[in-house]
Amino acid sequence: MTFWERNQLKLAPFIFLAPAILVFLIYVIYPIFDSIWVSFHEWNGMDKSGIRGNGKPNWEFVGFKNYITLFTDDDEFYVSLFNNIRWLIFSLLAVPIGLALALFVNQKILGIRYIKSLFYFPFVINAVVIGVIFTWFYNPKYGALSLVLGFFGLDPIPMLADENLATYGIIIASFFPGIAYTMILYITGLTGVSREMIEAGRIDGASGFTMLWHVVLPQLRPATLIAVVVTLVGALRAFDLIAVMTAGGPWGSSEVLAYKMYQEALFNFRMGYGAAIATILFLIMDIYIAWFLYRLFKNERSEK
Amino acid sequence: MLLKHINFLGGKMKKLLTLVILFTSTIVSAGTLVVNSNQSGEPSKSAFDAYVAAFSEAHPEVTVVVNEFEHEAYKTAIRNFLTAEAPDVAIWFAGNRMKFFVDQNLFQDVSDVWADADLNDSMASSKGSLTVDGKQYGVPWGYYQWGVYYRKDLFDQLGLNVPRDWDEFKWVCAMLKKNGITPITIGTKFLWTAGGWFDYLNLRINGYQFHMDLTAGKVSYEDPRLDAVFDHWRELIDPGYFLEDHASFSWQDAQAPQINGEAAMYLIGNFYVPTFEAAGIGDQMDFFQFPTIYEGVGVAEDAPTDTMHIPSGAKNVEDAKKFLAFMSNKEAATNWAKMGGMLSPNKYADKPTNRFSIMGAKMLAAADDIAQFWDRDANPDMAGAAMEGFQEFMVKPDREDKIRARLEKERARIHGAL
Repeated sequence: MTFWERNQLKLAPFIFLAPAILVFLIYVIYPIFDSIWVSFHEWNGMDKSGIRGNGKPNWEFVGFKNYITLFTDDDEFYVSLFNNIRWLIFSLLAVPIGLALALFVNQKILGIRYIKSLFYFPFVINAVVIGVIFTWFYNPKYGALSLVLGFFGLDPIPMLADENLATYGIIIASFFPGIAYTMILYITGLTGVSREMIEAGRIDGASGFTMLWHVVLPQLRPATLIAVVVTLVGALRAFDLIAVMTAGGPWGSSEVLAYKMYQEALFNFRMGYGAAIATILFLIMDIYIAWFLYRLFKNERSEK
Repeated sequence: MLLKHINFLGGKMKKLLTLVILFTSTIVSAGTLVVNSNQSGEPSKSAFDAYVAAFSEAHPEVTVVVNEFEHEAYKTAIRNFLTAEAPDVAIWFAGNRMKFFVDQNLFQDVSDVWADADLNDSMASSKGSLTVDGKQYGVPWGYYQWGVYYRKDLFDQLGLNVPRDWDEFKWVCAMLKKNGITPITIGTKFLWTAGGWFDYLNLRINGYQFHMDLTAGKVSYEDPRLDAVFDHWRELIDPGYFLEDHASFSWQDAQAPQINGEAAMYLIGNFYVPTFEAAGIGDQMDFFQFPTIYEGVGVAEDAPTDTMHIPSGAKNVEDAKKFLAFMSNKEAATNWAKMGGMLSPNKYADKPTNRFSIMGAKMLAAADDIAQFWDRDANPDMAGAAMEGFQEFMVKPDREDKIRARLEKERARIHGAL
C-alpha cells in the first residue's frame, strides 16, 4: 500500500478543510494579530515610510501610548464603553419578548403561518432600512411617535437628539430585528418540545406559568443559549443602526466602541488608536463570551 | 468616443472590473485615462459626464474611463486608491484636504498646466487655495457660495427687511419668533451645518486671518478672542431662534420647515437651490449675505472649491494634464459648473443664469477673502471634534467652558502645544 492509500482517511478531512482554513487564517486570524500590532503604533493609514506634514513619520512605534491615552485621557472612550454596557443589558430584553411571541404564534389558528412570517419579516430587512424607518418614527416634528404623544396631549420627545435617550432609542430599534430572530429560534425549539412531558406535567397539575417555567423552558435551553449569545454578540457589534440613526451623536453621546473605532481610524486618520479600541473590544467580547460559554457548557454537562 | 461608467459595490469587484477594462481598452487605444470621480447623484453626474464627453470630442485619441464612487464613500476610498492603485486623475477638494495629500507626496505638482493653459490668468481667484509652497497641485472646476436663504414671502408679510448688521439680524429673528415662525432652520445631526455658523461668526468677528490661524491649529480654543464668537452665537441660542431639536435632523430634514413656511432662514450652501426649486417655492425664496457684525472686519465668505488632481502614481500623466488643462475651455468649464449648480472658477466662463448663482458670483467677486469651509480648512480630526463641540454648544450653551477646554486639549494633541 502506498502512503496515500494508508493514510487517505486521516488526510482527507484536512485536505477538504484546507481551503476554508486558509481563507480563515488570511481574513480572520491574521487581521486580529495585525490589528494588535498596529495598536502599538501611531499611524495615519498612509504609506508607512512616508512623512507627515508636521515632519513626523506616518508610522511610528509608540508602545502602549494609545492604550494609556484611551484609558486616562479620553472621556469619549468611557461614554462608548458605558453605552456598550447599556446595549449588553437592555438588548437581552429581546430574548423574553421573542419567547413570548413564539409562544403566541405557536398555536393552531387559521392563517397563523402568515402571521409568523410577518413577525419574522423585520429580520430580513436590512439594518440600514430599519434605522431609517425608526429615525422617521422618532422625528420630533413629523414622526409617528410625536403624533401619538400629541394625541395624548404630550410634548414630542426628541429621542435621538437627547444625550440621555439616544442610545435607548437605538436599542429599541434594534429590538425590531432582534425579537424576530429570537422568536424564530424559539419557534424551532418549540417544535422539539416533547408532548409526553407536557401531558405528564398536566397530569401532575402544572399549568400556565408553572408549566412554562418548569416543563417547557428547560427543554428550550439550547434555543435560549443561541438566542442569548447571538443577542450579546450583536449588542457588542452594534454599529449600523448607530451610524444611520445618530452618527454617534448628539455630540458623541450614543457612540459605542465599534463606532468610535470606525470614527477614529477612518475619519480621524488615527489607525493605531482605532486598532487599540478594536483590541479592547476584542478582549471584552472574547473574555465575556468565553466565560459565558464555559458556564453554559458546564451546566449542560452537570445536568447530563 | 469611448466612455465607460462603472458603479461599484465592493472593492475587490472594482479592482477586477478596472483591470478587465484597462486591459481591453489598452488594446483599443494607447491613451487610456482613468478618472476617479465622486460626482455621484444628479445633477453632479450628468454635469461631469458632459465635461468628459466634451473632452473626448476634443481629444479623440484619449479613452476616458470613469470610476464613479458614492460621494461620501469616496472620502475614505481616496486614501486607499492613491497609494494602492492610483488613477490618472482624482477629483477632490481644495485647501487643507488637498494639502494633506500634497504633504504625503500623493499629488503631483501641476504648475506647468497652470502656466501652459493660461490658468494663472483665467483661474486667478482660486489659485491660492490650490497652492502649496508656491506650486499648484490641482485645478479647480467649481465652487459655490454660502449664505442665508430665506422666505421672502414671510419677510414681506411681517414687513421685515434684509438685515445688514447683527442688531438688525437679531431684530428680524425676534419678530419672526414673535409671530410663531422659527427664525432659523438648521439640522446638526451630521455636524457640518454647525460648522457653517461658527465659520461665519468667527469670520465676521475676528476676520479671515484669525480664522485661518485657528483652523491651522495656531490659536487656542480658549483664546479670549473667541469669547465674542460664542457670546454672539448665544444671543441666537438663548431666545430659541434655531429650529428646536435640530440635533435630530440632517441638513435635508431641516429643509422641510422652510419649505412648509414654518421657518424663515437657512444658512447653507448654494447646493440647496435645486431642492427648494423642485419643492415649488423657488419664487418665494431669496438670498442674503451673512450680515456684518463688527465694522472694519474684512468681508470673507465660505466658498468651498472642488478640484481635480493628478496622483503621483498616475500612469498616464500626459493625458491627465490634458484633462486638467481642458478646464481652460470656456464652454466645457461653463457647462460643468452650471449643470452641477456651481460657479465656474474660470473667469471667462459664461456668467451664471440662475439668480442665486448670479447673486453668489457677485458676492464672492466682492469678497476680501474666501474660506473653504470649516471641515475643509481644518485638519479632519480637529474639524470633527470641533463640530461636535459646536453642536453641543448649540443645545447646551452653558457647557461652553467645558467644551472649549476639551477642544483645546484635542488641538494640543493634534497640533502640539502653543
